[in-house]
Amino acid sequence: MSTASVPLPNWINYALLPLINLILAFLVSGFVVWIIGENPYDALVLMLQGALGRGEGIGFTLFYATNFIFTGLSVAVAYHAGLFNIGSEGQAYVGGLGAALAALALDRYVPWYVTMPFAVVAAALFGAAWAFIPAWLQAKRGSHIVITTIMFNFIGAALMVYLLVNVLIVPGKMAPETRTFLPGGQLPKLDWLMALFGLKLGPAPFNVSFLIALVMGALVWVLIWRTKFGYEMRTLGISRSAAAYAGIPYVKIVIITMLISGGLAGMMALNPVMGASARLQVEFVGGAGFVGIAVSLMGRNHPVGIVLAAILFGVLYQGGAELSFDMPNITRDMIVVIQGLVILFAGALEYMFRPAIVRIYQQLARG
Amino acid sequence: MDYFDILVSILGSTVRLSIPLIFTALAGLFSERAGVFDIGLEGKMLAAAFASATAAYLTGSPWAGLASGIGVSMAFSLVHGFASITNRGNQIVSGVAINFAAAGLTAVLGQAWFRQGGRTPGLPADARFGPIHLPGAELLHDVPVIGPIYMHVISGNNLLTYLAFLAVPLSWWVLYRTRFGLRLRAVGENPGAVDTAGISVTWLRYRAVLVAGFLCGFSGTYLAIAQSAAFINNMSAGKGYIALAALIFAKWRPVPVMLACLLFGFLDAFANFMQGKSVPGIGEVPVQIFQALPYILTCVLLAGLIGSANPPKAGGVPYVKER
Repeated sequence: MSTASVPLPNWINYALLPLINLILAFLVSGFVVWIIGENPYDALVLMLQGALGRGEGIGFTLFYATNFIFTGLSVAVAYHAGLFNIGSEGQAYVGGLGAALAALALDRYVPWYVTMPFAVVAAALFGAAWAFIPAWLQAKRGSHIVITTIMFNFIGAALMVYLLVNVLIVPGKMAPETRTFLPGGQLPKLDWLMALFGLKLGPAPFNVSFLIALVMGALVWVLIWRTKFGYEMRTLGISRSAAAYAGIPYVKIVIITMLISGGLAGMMALNPVMGASARLQVEFVGGAGFVGIAVSLMGRNHPVGIVLAAILFGVLYQGGAELSFDMPNITRDMIVVIQGLVILFAGALEYMFRPAIVRIYQQLARG
Repeated sequence: MDYFDILVSILGSTVRLSIPLIFTALAGLFSERAGVFDIGLEGKMLAAAFASATAAYLTGSPWAGLASGIGVSMAFSLVHGFASITNRGNQIVSGVAINFAAAGLTAVLGQAWFRQGGRTPGLPADARFGPIHLPGAELLHDVPVIGPIYMHVISGNNLLTYLAFLAVPLSWWVLYRTRFGLRLRAVGENPGAVDTAGISVTWLRYRAVLVAGFLCGFSGTYLAIAQSAAFINNMSAGKGYIALAALIFAKWRPVPVMLACLLFGFLDAFANFMQGKSVPGIGEVPVQIFQALPYILTCVLLAGLIGSANPPKAGGVPYVKER
């Protein structure tokens, strides 16, 4: 019997194997740190202190994590239906346009809690719209969604630069960005939440969109495991032909799944655009859409796993920023290396250790 | 400047901008024809560019640069092969991982070793592949039409440019006229049949991804030490994806691959030329439209509007031997 089909308990599949893969990714990253002449252990300590040491660090960590929860959920929803959405980056970017338009239109007239629902819906709609064409192409014309979503990342970037440089720019200003939103278009910080734990937020932009992200995580869980649609999605993800025999409509599932995925990615824009900088800027997504791929793989496509993985990557982002102050040899690009290694080990090589684990497990079970 | 001079200068930069695309797209051609999707072309090109610039700087020799570019790129290919062939992992995920690892590693190592914000130090002329002046370029210069084209488009390019155009017929010959090529194409269509014939699917696919790494080594080297005189952060800038687009455009065939790359190179050159200029009757066309054009064209093509593009049948699927 091949070791691939031996059933393993859930804690091995969902905790031990990802943990081993994660440790391996960190060991290789540590090796890179060692190559450039720094002490990996010192780097790790500095990183953890920077990310988790003070209230401000935790605030930044959770701010980054908020982005990654949204994009991680976006990638995961598509993944459950067997679709690999590399386009979260572009969908988040275009989603920012929706959030910004809502904020620009309303911030003068109403307080933030009135603007927020409109901004959430607008960001989700714009993100979903950007996912629609790749979804339609996949469903109806059979073009590969990976390629089309990559293409749409580039097209989205070009579109947003055009809009920011030529349309949305403040007349007379040089920087390609919209005007600063008034408080009616800004999401308030969560300093009260931090204060509950006796922590001071300081200048960290940790804001209400974190709570929206958690709500979305819960909704995604309900959608995937507690609805008929989620069941159909998962069936399609496991086997397209089985889904067809069960009478599950392929076109409908693919398109709706991608709209949800794009919508989740679009909502990520709330956090940086309305929660942090209070304006729409060029390249504000900053790779969070791609981090979502690593987060989703690391979290095994489950909302709980995704929240944990997003916090882990938040730690890497914030800790990495602090680390680059203290060890100028290690730039923030180290995060990209770790990200690549996590995707490699947790994604492409996820079953590398499975045969060995199966053997050990069987021996233990017998003994 | 009259129109002919403009045309010659655009054609000249078309050639220069197409070369990395041609090498990379041919790399993708070998890999994907063998049934291994390769989103990681971008990363391999970037890693090769960094390795070649570093080696050329340290040794002063462009050949050492080329060798290490190829070596590093092939090492990344082995990782991709290990993940997607041996471990039967998801090929797309593996490719994405390679792109991230390469983007991060080149920036981190570049900053740690050279401290110039991720750049490598500038290279002197003899550490690069310089222009080669073909015989008669000066002589023919005054001949109308042919002279300037010969001098500015055909002559005066570097060695790697000529190698790229040589690699196209060579790839065709390997894929369609050798036993290796026949088997390679077969393994991308029906690995079961190849296996039944007693040929190792694994070894064939490994060789295919190694060829891909080899060719990406050339494209990265071209970027860093032929076109420019240093490695610059993220200098591949999406060319790996454009090469993939060209591959789809060309329906996985060598000569159309070259033509598609020349087309995308031309769009790029034209976009550069059009920057800040206005079109009669329309006004200034936003440069972003030209930048997005290759990507839009690819989507239109993928939608089947310019004829269908069918990838190799076994592409993206790890081969599992039946028992």
